[in-house]
Amino acid sequence: MSNPVNVYDARADHAVVAAESPLAYSYASSGTPAPARHSRVVMAERAFLGHLILRGGAIVIDEALREVLGLSLPGRPNTLTVADDGRYSVQWLSPDEWLLIVPGGEEFAVEGKLRQALGESHFAIVSVGGGQTVIELSGEAARDVLMKSTAYDVHPHAFPVGKGVTTCFAKTNVILRRPDEARWEIIVRRSFADYVYRWLLDAGEEYGIGVTRESHHEA
Amino acid sequence: MFHIYCPYCEEHREEEEFHPKGQAHIARPDDPDACSDEEWGDYLFFRDNPRGIHHELWVHAVGCRKFFNITRHTVSYEILETYKMGAQPQVTAAPRETGEAHGAEGRADAKDIHEGVRA
Amino acid sequence: MNQPNRLAQGGRIDRRQPLSFRFNGQTYQGYAGDTLASALLANGVDLVNRSFKYSRPRGIVAAGAEEPNAVVQLGSTPATQVPNVRATQQALYDGLEARSTNGWPDAQRDVMRWVGKLGGPFMPPGFYYKTFMAPDSMWMTYEKAIRKTAGLGSSPTAADPDRYDHMNQHCDVLVVGAGPAGLSAALAAAHAGARVILCDEQEEMGGSLLDSRAQLDDRPAAQWARETLATLAEMDNVTLLPRTTANGYHDHHFVTLHERRTEHLGETAVSADGHRPVRSRMHRVRAGQVVLATGAHERPLVYAHNDVPGNLLAGAVSTYIRRYGVVPGNRLVLSTSNDHAYRAALDWQEAGREVAAIVDARDAPEGDVVERARAAGIRIITGSAVIEAKGSQRVSAARVARIDREAFTVVGQVETLACDTIASSGGYSPVIHLASHTGARPVWDESILGFVPTTVAGVHAAGGARGVYPLNAVLADGLDTGVRAATALGFTAATPAAASPHCEAPDEGPACALFQVPHEKSTLRAPKQFVDLQNDVTAGAIEVATREGFESIEHVKRYTAMGFGTDQGKLGNINGMAIAARCLGQSIPETGTTVFRPNYTPVPFGVIVGRHCRELFDPARYTPLQAWHEANGAEFEDVGQWKRPWYFPRERRTAEGTRLETMHEAVVRECRAVREGVGILDASTLGKIDIQGADAREFLGRIYTNKWQKLAPGRVRYGLMCGDDGMVMDDGTTSCLAENHFLMTTTTGNAAPVLEWLELWHQTEWPELDVSFTSVTDHWATMTLTGPEARKLLAELTDIDLDREAFKFMDWREGHVAGVPARVFRISFTGELAFEINVQAHYAMHVWKALFAHGDKYGLTPYGTETMHVLRAEKGFIIVGQDTDGSVTPEDLGMHWAIGYDKPFPWIGKRALTRSDTRRENRKQLVGLRPKDPSVVLEEGAQIVFDPDHAIPMPMVGHVTSSYYSPTLESGFALAVVKGGHQRMGESVYLPMADGRVHEAEIVGTQFVDPKGERQHV
Repeated sequence: MSNPVNVYDARADHAVVAAESPLAYSYASSGTPAPARHSRVVMAERAFLGHLILRGGAIVIDEALREVLGLSLPGRPNTLTVADDGRYSVQWLSPDEWLLIVPGGEEFAVEGKLRQALGESHFAIVSVGGGQTVIELSGEAARDVLMKSTAYDVHPHAFPVGKGVTTCFAKTNVILRRPDEARWEIIVRRSFADYVYRWLLDAGEEYGIGVTRESHHEA
Repeated sequence: MFHIYCPYCEEHREEEEFHPKGQAHIARPDDPDACSDEEWGDYLFFRDNPRGIHHELWVHAVGCRKFFNITRHTVSYEILETYKMGAQPQVTAAPRETGEAHGAEGRADAKDIHEGVRA
Repeated sequence: MNQPNRLAQGGRIDRRQPLSFRFNGQTYQGYAGDTLASALLANGVDLVNRSFKYSRPRGIVAAGAEEPNAVVQLGSTPATQVPNVRATQQALYDGLEARSTNGWPDAQRDVMRWVGKLGGPFMPPGFYYKTFMAPDSMWMTYEKAIRKTAGLGSSPTAADPDRYDHMNQHCDVLVVGAGPAGLSAALAAAHAGARVILCDEQEEMGGSLLDSRAQLDDRPAAQWARETLATLAEMDNVTLLPRTTANGYHDHHFVTLHERRTEHLGETAVSADGHRPVRSRMHRVRAGQVVLATGAHERPLVYAHNDVPGNLLAGAVSTYIRRYGVVPGNRLVLSTSNDHAYRAALDWQEAGREVAAIVDARDAPEGDVVERARAAGIRIITGSAVIEAKGSQRVSAARVARIDREAFTVVGQVETLACDTIASSGGYSPVIHLASHTGARPVWDESILGFVPTTVAGVHAAGGARGVYPLNAVLADGLDTGVRAATALGFTAATPAAASPHCEAPDEGPACALFQVPHEKSTLRAPKQFVDLQNDVTAGAIEVATREGFESIEHVKRYTAMGFGTDQGKLGNINGMAIAARCLGQSIPETGTTVFRPNYTPVPFGVIVGRHCRELFDPARYTPLQAWHEANGAEFEDVGQWKRPWYFPRERRTAEGTRLETMHEAVVRECRAVREGVGILDASTLGKIDIQGADAREFLGRIYTNKWQKLAPGRVRYGLMCGDDGMVMDDGTTSCLAENHFLMTTTTGNAAPVLEWLELWHQTEWPELDVSFTSVTDHWATMTLTGPEARKLLAELTDIDLDREAFKFMDWREGHVAGVPARVFRISFTGELAFEINVQAHYAMHVWKALFAHGDKYGLTPYGTETMHVLRAEKGFIIVGQDTDGSVTPEDLGMHWAIGYDKPFPWIGKRALTRSDTRRENRKQLVGLRPKDPSVVLEEGAQIVFDPDHAIPMPMVGHVTSSYYSPTLESGFALAVVKGGHQRMGESVYLPMADGRVHEAEIVGTQFVDPKGERQHV
């Protein structure tokens, strides 16, 4: 028994292998209406990021995260810490569970460093990036679209920047978070991504929703 | 639709985020093999169905995924408290064996039954 | 085009904006600001409907939600039909098309009136129950006929072009009703800093202020309302929702509101910017506190023929005159029990029409308005009431007499007053519907002669809704209630800006209690005295019900249908209670009242459904390979919310041309490909749970029935999961990834429940175990490559050593497939050589396509769930939920090999497996069935008997759980549960079918193909 846990780099070289984001099917089947001048809400996918689930005690994980990424663990429920450059974020999911999002391709290395820093503590780290994606909403009507979709209170008083929750969204569930003033992020499971995409197009229709496509090759 | 305070998320959430899991505080017998068939049947199948205060196990399924307990009034549907696993309820049903209070409450209940039928 | 009843001036309508509309095929004109009802009255349309049961002509009675008669069908096309619209609540728009809901072929020339006239005497209360319930089988036929004639409206027959949605709202204080109480409450709460939503069901906010004669702070009440609304509209913490009805008050201050956004503009919403606005919206409001400022409904008096067109509520008369500039007649008789209703006569006279008399049930009425009426020269007949209306299509006279209310008799001479309109008022009933929804019980308040809601935490009735009627008191009560609601949530008290406006206290004399007016004849012999106009319930019917022994008001209601349907007792309920009380010789509080349920007014299905319809009705979950499946012609099967390829029909050339294969043909081809070459299945939907922790192994041992202590890294094991009742609840393979690291698979439909199950036991019983669970179902895509040629094909694409000794059955290996990091599991659900390839889902399409790029020479064939089922059943592999049903133990399945009775921990399900019942020998046990006739494919679910000649009822001993045609066996075959089946190998059983045939089948083992399991080991 060498390693008690199997840590596996499941990421392929995107320069060689054609990767498909969870919304690839939706772009082809539902289309991508371009944002127009009258668009009051815009949707964009941030695909292929590294998503790591961290399980364990807050104190040890906080220490390891500071050591490896200089990021502190959000201590309060339903909060989110975003690194200054916006490339790393960590969100409270439950008293012993956090979601760490890192630039695509870094997840395996970050997991390794965290495991080393955590040593013999009781913890678990699971890479889940293939199974979920980040959909970003921006624009003045973003909050209206969210009010149509979730019973969670998205009023700025109840949902300030830096908040993040897991909640029901239409007939599925998502992680909903507010990394900064301008954007909302919806993290959705891959198999439900098309449903959420179609839902958002429909709910945003009266606000002239547009979709922007980012380059799918990470830096 | 209930509005439920999750003791782990420390805020109220909509009922659709939760799953009810039945009566709370039913511990699995430590030594199942030492149980008679009847005792085992009690553990598996028999539950209270009070009119009034009831302790229930719920899970914040779409949320923190933590199990916790709710003390709920089964007539008014009021949620009197929620508390974490391992904790004991602060609100419990008053003993109903004796006394004036029981008599009065009994009459009130009878009236509820008579008039509580919804149109 | 003339509107005979329209005044030259006055009202809140815009005479510069004439609108044209059609009612029952006739074209009329009204003005912007009209409701359909006010426009119909302006045009002198008396007859708007036929009554539900007796088919009597009916006219407009009220001006609001309580209108019982003017319930119309809107819409000019099959797609835009809206049933059950109250004309009093529908804003007029140009081109509006409406028709009577009741009355067929139309309300003017109604064939049903003859049936009604004939049937009338023969339709006592309980008529439907008594007449149509036997024979049972005829009910459907009766119901159709009743519906057609009873006029419950008709639904659209073409797709609705409009959009509907839901909006979730949150606020500290929800105020329902924007009359004087609601406006005051909203202002107070908003000034205190609370987030406030104020909704009102009418076209215009302001409620009774809009037609009030009062001055507030020295300006007309309507102007004060306008200014207050402007103040509220400017506040960031206030949301105003006009045209929005609060219809349901649910648990914990969750209130559903229906907002009509474009209904006042046209039949369908008009596109703007190329985007179609939402026609109707459901606001789902979670409030901290709720103020119910819903006002009160006026009660009509119950007298003979009070349903003839021209009988109106007194308050409605005032509203039509003052708000819409419409006087609905020429000569008025007002019958009242209170001061407030005098306004109707004053308004009528000021409008230049004649008031024949005010008939007041009180002996000595006194008060400001009474004096004003006297001063205006109006004749006031005291101690009297209208006892009967004359006329058939329209009121022609009122019969007035002195009455003795105590003795319930008419005294003295009856005077007949010629008139065309009778306005009546029997007092006011607080609108307690919403409070009722919360479970608050209404209590009788003798001082206001009405039911008021009891207190429930967080629910505040204000103003008329709790029986406070004088305007100055209503304004103060609203203000106070708004402050109380806000302070209950911790907001500090209101600023002086939210003080009540000055309003003079009116001098009003006390009202008297009058519900049913006595007639010269007894109630049962008098002409019909209607209590519930919508459901045609009369005072006589209530009396009959009480005589027949119905004493509980709930029973009287159900027996007579009083307050049923869309009416929900708004107008007639209290009168009905009072009549029942009189008949039973008891007081109203002793009789009690029925309560109300949601919805307060009808809500269109479109609003209830919102956007959850058509392709968004339910989420469709897709695997990363969905686009390929669609492009390759897959037929799909729903498995939970997943779309899974069911089979892949190919084109087939026949003598008649090309056609697609049938499912049977496709499945035969796909099965053969797997057994003879190589097939591939998208198994990405299987649940996958990553399990880590020092105690992960111990945990598996407690949750599965079999042993996990010795499973080495690199190995895979099949596991069975039971509930503590010993019944199988899930199965799947779990792989040891490393000493403290496992990957569990679950059935497709059970992924979420199994994860919750693991958490349940960990969190509630064994929190001391170091283990954690994370769903990775969506992270990994799974492709099952199976068949004798699987190894050769995979070898072309992988760096993993596929040698049968290096990579054994039930091993897993890491490596690359088509250049993508992959975990490959040598497990088989087909009985053939099989490799399950797992890659991160982003790369699934790449790997799948690469396999097909190399697969041609091996005949690589995609297969779907149907073929998967045939292949697994041939091997006797169960599907949990198909071959099991929550009453099947591992022993019943013959899976003793998967039970570790000697494991040290008393694992979940173990104790139950030693109960006497689970050890019973004649339990239903899983067996194979081979039909004697190989061409027969038994029906799944078919019942099994041992003796087909037994007299009916035959003892049933089991049923078929899975049944297919096997191309390999060239025969039908099945799995079934049969009592004591394990001891009955070789015996015959019988399956009697509904068509009379009886199939015979032999009990065999469950493994039909390769029983020794050699093929998967090759």
